Amino acid sequence: MALLLATCIGILAGSGVWLLLRPRTYQVVIGLSLCALAVNLFIFSMGRLRSGAPPVLSSTAGALADYADPVPQALVLTAIVIGFATTALLLVVLLAARGFTGTDHVDGQER
Amino acid sequence: MAGWAHHLIIAPVLLPLVAGALLAVYDERRQFLKGLINLFSTLANLAIAITLLQAADTDAPGVYLLGNWPAPFGIVLVLDRLSAMLVLLTAVLATASLIFSMARWHTVGHHFHTLFQFLVMGVNGAFLTGDLFNLFVFFEVMLASSYGLLLHGSGPRRVQASLHYVVINLTAAFFFLVGVALIYGVTGTLNMADLAARIPALAAENRVLLEVGAAILAIAFLVKAAMWPLGFWLLSAYPAAAPPVAAIFAILSKVGLYALLRLRPLLFGGEAGDAAGYGGTLLFAGGLATIAFGILGVLASQAMTRIASFSLMISSGTVLAAIGLSDTQVTSGSLFYLASSTLTISAFFLLIELIERGQNPGADLIAVTAEAMGAEPDAEDTATEGGIGFPGTLAILGACFVACALLLIGLPPLSGFVAKLALLAALFAPAGEGAAAGLSAANWAFIVLLLLSGVATLMTLSRVGIRAFWAPVDAVAPRVLAVEVAPVVALLLLTLVLAVKGGAVMQYMDETARSVLTPSAYVEDVLSAPRVPPAKAGLQ
Repeated sequence: MALLLATCIGILAGSGVWLLLRPRTYQVVIGLSLCALAVNLFIFSMGRLRSGAPPVLSSTAGALADYADPVPQALVLTAIVIGFATTALLLVVLLAARGFTGTDHVDGQER
Repeated sequence: MAGWAHHLIIAPVLLPLVAGALLAVYDERRQFLKGLINLFSTLANLAIAITLLQAADTDAPGVYLLGNWPAPFGIVLVLDRLSAMLVLLTAVLATASLIFSMARWHTVGHHFHTLFQFLVMGVNGAFLTGDLFNLFVFFEVMLASSYGLLLHGSGPRRVQASLHYVVINLTAAFFFLVGVALIYGVTGTLNMADLAARIPALAAENRVLLEVGAAILAIAFLVKAAMWPLGFWLLSAYPAAAPPVAAIFAILSKVGLYALLRLRPLLFGGEAGDAAGYGGTLLFAGGLATIAFGILGVLASQAMTRIASFSLMISSGTVLAAIGLSDTQVTSGSLFYLASSTLTISAFFLLIELIERGQNPGADLIAVTAEAMGAEPDAEDTATEGGIGFPGTLAILGACFVACALLLIGLPPLSGFVAKLALLAALFAPAGEGAAAGLSAANWAFIVLLLLSGVATLMTLSRVGIRAFWAPVDAVAPRVLAVEVAPVVALLLLTLVLAVKGGAVMQYMDETARSVLTPSAYVEDVLSAPRVPPAKAGLQ
């Protein structure tokens, strides 16, 4: 499972960085989204990989080892919300730039 | 602090949040009312910041447990000398740039006042929080509002600069998250004080991971602090921003510096075992490179806004190099320098707009340079101005320009001189083991670059000053309102106060540097902060 997750994160981050370095604003936005996914998975994996362990304490609490670490899950939630909002804002800026310059090149002019 | 005064620590976050939310309700036609609410909130924030500064001047930091959860589990706000000083600095800059913007700049776009309050909230929160992930949240609050403020006034140049600014800061946020996640994965805590307590006991095989995490985290802060290879965004963003926005942005790079200054002694201080002193050389070298780049940039610049931006980089570099040395005397000098240079650069950004307003945009070199960079005449320059003109405008502006120049160069009698003197004195007299062996090469390099930065600024500013004030034969006095000159003069007078009260301020900075670099009291106070006893059920 660890290998699979690591490969996933690697592919997402790699494609994200590649797109981030492209000259079209839309590619940059998609690149940022892919990077955000990779980062979120990474944060999630920092709580150690487990399956079938709930993060929330139940009333019939057993040993602490029966539970998954809830903190990274809370962090991921926050990171997703913030990333979502800022990406939306970036889309607005992107459209404004397109309107002003007439091109979707990140520098506002071809070449 | 006892009783209700204890809750004052959270006021610099709550007040702008409430004010910003309230401001979002009113529509743009009620500019006057919005301005009034914003002004009231900003002034109240200033008063709170002054009270907090007085309360913080003790050896025991004030700790505020949010939701009454004990320290390593809940989020804490911590008020010590360093945070109190920076919160006050933010409040001063906010007041000045808000009053400046009230003349006309606040009407050139939407939601200026709301974004302004949220920016202040984010900055204050970042200075006050004692939790790593909470720091990220406040960073994002600050950045999100700064995206909006950078766009304020719109126009192709601002939108273009914003596009780059947003992308770079989003990428930096990913570094922040990866760094925080790694540190959490290794240590199992996000509370800064708890981190400091746990790192000495860390297993040797996990230390590398911690260092990698800290290095990745530092990249996020260094982007914000505009260290040399990471700071090029600043040069397109700040000159494009509306002047009052650029003036408040002068504090943003200080947030990155603050995070480095706060976290480095906590994570890699003297008690951190094998990890102690990690990254010092890199920060020092990066700081020197930033100063060197700033010197070249200042010499090569024509436009005043670019000179101001490069000066900002020089000041960032100076503080970074001082953080890298982690010497108490040098740090205290650099804190004085930070306060003085932030006030100066903020005033300079405001002043530049007033000076350039009077110049014929087609005729001089500044506009030519601006055009070469792809700028078009801003729409708001043609806007009609109301209100009362200010007599003797050119004389006042000239005097302010000279004061700014003296401060940036570091000549007496203003605080720029005192700050550089304190830094140089600390560098020439190193404490500890190096004292007998004479000055190290590192200290020499720092001293030389510091002096060179003064020379370069002197040359450029005299050139620009002559061109702006003496060369135009048919100079038309710019139409400037008293309310626009007042904040600039007030900021410059504050630097005079810093210089006159130099002894007392320097003592405060010494204490600050000492408590930041030996954070054992900080750690102890946070971890042993008492909870408020639960209220009794029912009234008796």
